Amino acid sequence: MTVTIRIQPEDFDIGAETARLRQLTDNTGAIATFTGLVRDLQDGNRIEALLLEHYPGMTEKSLRKIVEDAHVRWPLLGVTVVHRIGELKPGDQIVFVAVSSAHRAAAFAACEFIMDYLKTKAPFWKKCRQPDGEHWIAAKDSDQAASDRW
Amino acid sequence: MLQVRYFANIRETLGLEHELVPLPPGATVAALILSLTARHGARWQQLAGVAKVLTAVNHEVVPHDTIIKDGDEVAFFPPVTGG
Repeated sequence: MTVTIRIQPEDFDIGAETARLRQLTDNTGAIATFTGLVRDLQDGNRIEALLLEHYPGMTEKSLRKIVEDAHVRWPLLGVTVVHRIGELKPGDQIVFVAVSSAHRAAAFAACEFIMDYLKTKAPFWKKCRQPDGEHWIAAKDSDQAASDRW
Repeated sequence: MLQVRYFANIRETLGLEHELVPLPPGATVAALILSLTARHGARWQQLAGVAKVLTAVNHEVVPHDTIIKDGDEVAFFPPVTGG
């Protein structure tokens, strides 16, 4: 399995990321991708910007562990995880997960598993800037439930 | 000494990103939390009272009875909200 993990302020090109997974091996039969975007509303209020903080060192390790956990469950060929940090605007891409495998079932399942685990285990924190000030976003029970079902 | 790091709302409340703290008697996460309560007083208690605080030792989230040793990196942060 070829694993690429990047944490960066820069935007990413999902076409280029997917193309790289295609070229890994001739045995690839499926690539599932997920792209997360910054929404323009939080709790019904307009978002001006999202500020992303992480724990350098631990975040990379945590993402690598999540990908390894996925590989134990499904036969994967390649996994790419890109997560942005810093200041983002509504509509911006924030996170990308791509999984390649010989068949679609493993690619679909592992992509969702990695996102669910990322949301509850990888040390990132979001703060949103709104017209009335800045607020840290609270962790959601629904994200924990999504992670627990695996 | 321990390298102690703070993130997100905890970093903001304490006004501190990281600090060096002596290994507390007892050498557990719980003992460190007690010594930080003494060190930071009301601001630390305010955090402990309102928010769930997670602890990581050397990049692994751990329970409060975990043994710590000189040179460890201990981090305190709220539940994660990435993705």
